Amino acid sequence: MYAVIEYAPLLLQGLWTTILVTIFSGALCLVVAFAAGLARLSTHRYLRWPAGVFIEVFRGTSLLVQMFWFFFALPFFGIQLFPLTAAVLALGLNEGAYAAEVVRGAIASRAKGQTEACIALGMEPALRLRRVIIPQSIPAMLPPFGNVMVDLLKNTSLVSLVTVADLTFRAQMIRSTTGQTTAIFLTILVIYFILSYLLTLLTSWLERRFALDRKALVAQRKENRLIKVGVDA
Amino acid sequence: MIWDNHFAISVIPLLLQGLWVTIEITLLGTLIAAVLGLVFAVLRRLAIPVLSHLVAFLVVFVRGTPLLVQAYCAFFVLPAYGISFDAFTTGAVVIGINYSAYMAEVYRSGIQGVPAGQWEAATALSLPGVRTWGRIILPQALRTVVPMLGNYLIQMFKDSAVLSAITVVELMAAAQAIGSASFRYLEPLTLAAGLFLAISYPASRLINRLERRYAPQH
Repeated sequence: MYAVIEYAPLLLQGLWTTILVTIFSGALCLVVAFAAGLARLSTHRYLRWPAGVFIEVFRGTSLLVQMFWFFFALPFFGIQLFPLTAAVLALGLNEGAYAAEVVRGAIASRAKGQTEACIALGMEPALRLRRVIIPQSIPAMLPPFGNVMVDLLKNTSLVSLVTVADLTFRAQMIRSTTGQTTAIFLTILVIYFILSYLLTLLTSWLERRFALDRKALVAQRKENRLIKVGVDA
Repeated sequence: MIWDNHFAISVIPLLLQGLWVTIEITLLGTLIAAVLGLVFAVLRRLAIPVLSHLVAFLVVFVRGTPLLVQAYCAFFVLPAYGISFDAFTTGAVVIGINYSAYMAEVYRSGIQGVPAGQWEAATALSLPGVRTWGRIILPQALRTVVPMLGNYLIQMFKDSAVLSAITVVELMAAAQAIGSASFRYLEPLTLAAGLFLAISYPASRLINRLERRYAPQH
């Protein structure tokens, strides 16, 4: 166990890198998700088809292959990326392709009457999307987005394979210097578990915050409180 | 010329060998995951005091930690306690256990989807537990579960590339080995991606069709 304590600063650095990679690629993932998801729903073929090809290619091949491709194959085209850039790019695009399907599904399953009402009110397509359709779709997107983000967090461990010094990379380093395999790996397993648990908490908080029917939730909370009071009495 | 056609063709046999290992791992892993997932789901449903909680925690824990770290644990930690297998077996077992946690949830939703009346009828006929599960509940639960298991099979096919990190020589590792031996990464990596796509895309279309066909009729 002493190896974990002795090398705690290194692990903390790794943890910080893991968190940074998660935040950067998470942000990229959201941008890609909305861009590709909306393009997929576009009435223009020139937007819909490339978005479709992008989504199928990135969902159909392995994340690790994509990461290695960005890191090892792009230099042949004269583009040399930093390991961190390649890792964030691959993670963001890969999980973004999954999230794009979430965006597309949530928007496509909106009630038609909303769009029709917008048209009746003479709203432009862009305004319609921005003020009505997307805000209404967000509650439906949040739970699957949460899953994508947890996946993304777990997949950040793959960046260690393209030499980004994240938590897993540091753990491997400490393992090969100290040989205390069990303690190190159990520690980082628990750290990853806590991180993904925190992400789940964040998602469920957002779900409550953005619920369409907040009145019903408030009522339910009040009821729960009453039940608790009843138990105390 | 960036892309060397001659070289690309020459590496295909090696890549296909890797692809075959990937497929073997996927099938073996799916088998483990399907069986173990069912065991987990049933154990949770049976509500045996300590055991069911333990299983529930195990499922959440496995789902909350990265496959790569789990693979490292099995590959580096277990041999320290005298348990060691070859990389292929370790990889298949790890990915099987990893996916069993996801499949347990799928089975659980399938079991929950069986109407309460079926349980009550089984009780009314005083069927023993084993027969209630084996002849009444599971056949109905599994029907809706099959296409979702298919989705996880495809996911596992792609995820098995992670196992190259513990020296399983599957498609990804083959591509990497060719790359580092010849200093040409473009062709093997692109071909590997193409092979992954060539299998997973038609497969997921097929699963989609199955999904529509086996959708619960409400």
